[in-house]
Amino acid sequence: MALDDQKRAFKYVGTTPNRPDGVDKVTGKAQYGADITAPGMLMGAVLRSPHPHARIVSIDTSAAEAMPGVRAVVTGKDFPAVEDQGFADIGETCMARDKVLYDGHPVAAIAATTPAIAKAAIRAIKVEYAPLPHVTDVDEAMLPDAPVVLEGRALEHVPAGMSQNVTNTCEFGHGDLEAGFTKADLILERSFKVGAAHQGYIEPNACMASYAADGRADLYCCTQGHFFVRAVCSALMGMEASQLRVTASEIGGGFGGKTTVFVEPVALMLSKKSGRPVKLVMTRDEVFKATGPTVHASVDCKIGMTKDGRITAGDMTLRYSGGAWPSGTIEMGAQAGFAAYDMPAVRTLGWTALTNRPKEISYRAPGAPQAVYAVESLIDEMCQQLGLDPVETRLKNAARKGTLSSYGVTFDDIGMVATLEAAKAHPHWSAPLGPNQGRGIAAGFWFNFGGNTCVSLNINADGTASVTEGNPDIGGSRASISLMAAEELGIPYDNIRTIVADTASLGYNDNTDGSRVTFAVGLATIKAARAAIKVMCDRAAAMWGIDAEAVEWIDGAAVPAGPNAGKFPPMSLAEIAAMSFQTGGPIAGHHEVNVDGAGVSFGVHICDVEVDPETGHTLVTRYTVAQDAGKAVHPTYVEGQMQGGAVQGIGWALNEEYIYGRDGRLQNAGFLDYRIPVASDLPKIDTVILEIPNPGHPYGVRGVGETPIVPPLAAVTNAVSRAIGKRMYQVPMSPPRIMTTIKGK
Amino acid sequence: MRYMTAETAEAASSALAAEPGLARVLAGGTDLLVQLKAGMIRPDLVVDIKKIPGIREITAENGGWRIGAAVANAELKEHPGVKADWPGVVEGANLIGSTQVQGRCTMAGNLCNGSPAADAVPGLVAADASVTVVGPSGTRVVKVADIPAGPGRTTLAKGEIVTAIHLPAKAARSSDAYLRFIPRTEMDIAVAAAAVSLTLSEDGTITAARVALGAVAPKVVLADASTIIGTKLDDAALAALAKAAEAVCNPIDDKRGTIEFRTSTAGVLARRAAVIAYNRAKGVK
Ligand SMILES: Cc1cc2nc3c(=O)[nH]c(=O)nc-3n(C[C@H](O)[C@H](O)[C@H](O)COP(=O)(O)OP(=O)(O)OC[C@H]3O[C@@H](n4cnc5c(N)ncnc54)[C@H](O)[C@@H]3O)c2cc1C
Repeated sequence: MALDDQKRAFKYVGTTPNRPDGVDKVTGKAQYGADITAPGMLMGAVLRSPHPHARIVSIDTSAAEAMPGVRAVVTGKDFPAVEDQGFADIGETCMARDKVLYDGHPVAAIAATTPAIAKAAIRAIKVEYAPLPHVTDVDEAMLPDAPVVLEGRALEHVPAGMSQNVTNTCEFGHGDLEAGFTKADLILERSFKVGAAHQGYIEPNACMASYAADGRADLYCCTQGHFFVRAVCSALMGMEASQLRVTASEIGGGFGGKTTVFVEPVALMLSKKSGRPVKLVMTRDEVFKATGPTVHASVDCKIGMTKDGRITAGDMTLRYSGGAWPSGTIEMGAQAGFAAYDMPAVRTLGWTALTNRPKEISYRAPGAPQAVYAVESLIDEMCQQLGLDPVETRLKNAARKGTLSSYGVTFDDIGMVATLEAAKAHPHWSAPLGPNQGRGIAAGFWFNFGGNTCVSLNINADGTASVTEGNPDIGGSRASISLMAAEELGIPYDNIRTIVADTASLGYNDNTDGSRVTFAVGLATIKAARAAIKVMCDRAAAMWGIDAEAVEWIDGAAVPAGPNAGKFPPMSLAEIAAMSFQTGGPIAGHHEVNVDGAGVSFGVHICDVEVDPETGHTLVTRYTVAQDAGKAVHPTYVEGQMQGGAVQGIGWALNEEYIYGRDGRLQNAGFLDYRIPVASDLPKIDTVILEIPNPGHPYGVRGVGETPIVPPLAAVTNAVSRAIGKRMYQVPMSPPRIMTTIKGK
Repeated sequence: MRYMTAETAEAASSALAAEPGLARVLAGGTDLLVQLKAGMIRPDLVVDIKKIPGIREITAENGGWRIGAAVANAELKEHPGVKADWPGVVEGANLIGSTQVQGRCTMAGNLCNGSPAADAVPGLVAADASVTVVGPSGTRVVKVADIPAGPGRTTLAKGEIVTAIHLPAKAARSSDAYLRFIPRTEMDIAVAAAAVSLTLSEDGTITAARVALGAVAPKVVLADASTIIGTKLDDAALAALAKAAEAVCNPIDDKRGTIEFRTSTAGVLARRAAVIAYNRAKGVK
């Protein structure tokens, strides 16, 4: 891509207009998943397992079916067998078949005329269980004699003789580890634990399904990807994709957690059996028990360093569990762990094991925070031991353009050094600290992603434009996409409306995930705009009677390219649009592509904490994020992503965690005991946006949504460890854990 | 489920007593409605007491205060008299929830809900407050400390309701304070809590004191306050108080805290609350 493009002076990109969804959201008009209703609609409810692991002996639904107002009952037996293993696993998270695999696993569902009847009918279902031994901790699940969650799911390359819970292993790296460690003046090896965190989105999962007698169906749901919802649901329902239309509602948060389905296939089956539209809305308790949190992790990390802070080798073993089904997240963790550094010798070895927990689903930068936490904590401890400055040490080892990364790719232009320099230059880094306070710094990295994308852009006869895209807007993407369309077309932001269309209106779009939307959908929008511009130039050429090649697009108008082309005044988009019905019909551009060239994004976070030495209470007193955005299309949204990721990471570092009892049941399925930070827990999160253009995007855009959750676990850990004068090796750092460390036990 | 609004305490009491199924009083509803919606309880009868004459009033009484059972905690915060006399009681009551919750919730509801972690209760016990209970067999006045019976349980008989809380007259050179430990800064539940009420002689020696602890036993407990009586709250007295507080702790190990953590934190809070109450009693800000 021409570098000129990236260096161009932008007119709209980089400004911060009001969000197009703002008015509806603040006036309560926006329709979220639970707001969609239909005539004759029934309400659904789900019966869930109280056991972490049990065989289902029998399910007796007769009493429930006999209740007045009950219109349909669904169990696992209603769903056809599915060949695709991935879809089959998702189907089983939505409705158990022979075994229940976690506390909260659905076993039956009801559709009834009122929510009260549905709930009463749920209580009338009799399930006989034969409880089985359970395991909820990854290290215990890997022991050879651990209770087996699912049999026969290990991939071929997993060594024989391990517990059947171990389903995958992977290894990345390069260089001679032994030689590397020999060169080190200090070698430290530490073990870390990371609890499973939930995305904590405020809107519970919800949908409304309507299955017609002729086999067509409509599904409305809050999701990060309705095309994926269509793919899974049509497979699970045994229907053709063309017969299922999925429309995404407004979404009250997802953070990766809404990139799969939990209630949608159940609502569709209830609707099919009852012949009526069915709404299914999860309670908060259900969201916690039965939607995907992250993996929980156990990590051993070993680093060798010279006296002057050069890393000579790094070796890490990661053990992740994504709950009761095989999970691929370990690969991303193993790739991300050492990615910020130029490592002469590096190895990351990953294992993943099944546990009796709900099926993990993505949470911002899935797998990366756990691995990076270990590396960044250990580097900080080594800096303390060697008396080194943690920023200078990171600068000394930072990955740069041309660095062979720990996961095999060679980096192009990247922002690791620039973000470290920005952190070093920020007044926060040199501000004085008070008693019981500590300062931590940590870096983080995320790959970012492109993927399948399809965009249509229509020029309206009144000189405005409509952009039709297929990615639910969870972070302000409609505004960013409108800005990029405005930039390319040369018309004001306010003259453009971007909508998220249903699955029948566009080709396949990958989920809103991987920080891909502003990058990939933005790229496709720019290309679609260029296609429309080509048409408009052709129309102008035809009206002027000159060659199409002799027309250029400048500042929202067609102009003759140079004096030889002819002397005509610029013809604006509005003028061309107004004539369109006479010059060949409506004008549109579209672009469909599997986007490559996502640019990685680095971030560096500085965190100050104050720890009460007698209670372990920890308050974050100051926090700064520096991150490379490539190009900040809508800077306040970029800031929002950086602040939001940091806050979610702070919550995870201090309090957020799935807590299972000895009975295998989730102890804290609610916001009271699953503690996300409240506003008064946080300082203002300061941000520094860096713009090192991504060569893979016309405007240089990189994704920004995921990197900011990667550094906080270590940034907060390093701050707490320095404040109390002892190292912490487990997150979340709950007050009891901090006190145990302070007291030296 | 039937819902009724009672016009008198006696009517509420007899309706509750007559209900063969599960009956519940509704005050602010900040516990009851949450429990209802979560499906934790399914009462057959709910009796709203907020329309009973006088039940939402704060009145001066025998040098102290009578606080109607349906007075919202936010109203206490706005009442200069109660706040001046019993700042610890008022601060405990207004640590509950958020501004919205405080506009609805009551101290009586907090007490009758029976949570060992109830934030308003240690302050009332330290203040040696009483409640008026109206029931099928008449009216009785009981110490607040005698109402809780264990997690989710009270000593109230079927049909009995609390109609008022009585805060005694504040002694000269006395004050109180309440502290709780939560992992966050608000919207949380106490992991350990301590309320201290004390009276000083003219030279600053403590002449009377009560120390009540929350969330560290099945119900609110009193710690041995003789550890600070007769002292000017020197370091030795504070250390003895912390030890005395730890000694009466009988907490559970759960997701919110370990036995060890709750015990040591209760000692720390008792010590810190005593210092605040002491300074307040001396008129030091
Ligand atoms: C968001 C939120 C945050 C909260 N935070 C806290 C907190 O920080 N600390 C804390 O301690 N609590 C907290 N709570 C719990 C609750 O707000 C308090 O316990 C409150 O004081 C209850 O008062 P209420 O008037 O709303 O009680 P209600 O819900 O009306 O009643 C509670 C119980 O007491 C019974 N009852 C009520 N009044 C009487 C009476 N006069 N006589 C006999 N029985 C009666 C009811 O039948 C019911 O069983 C919180 C609740 C919410 C929703």
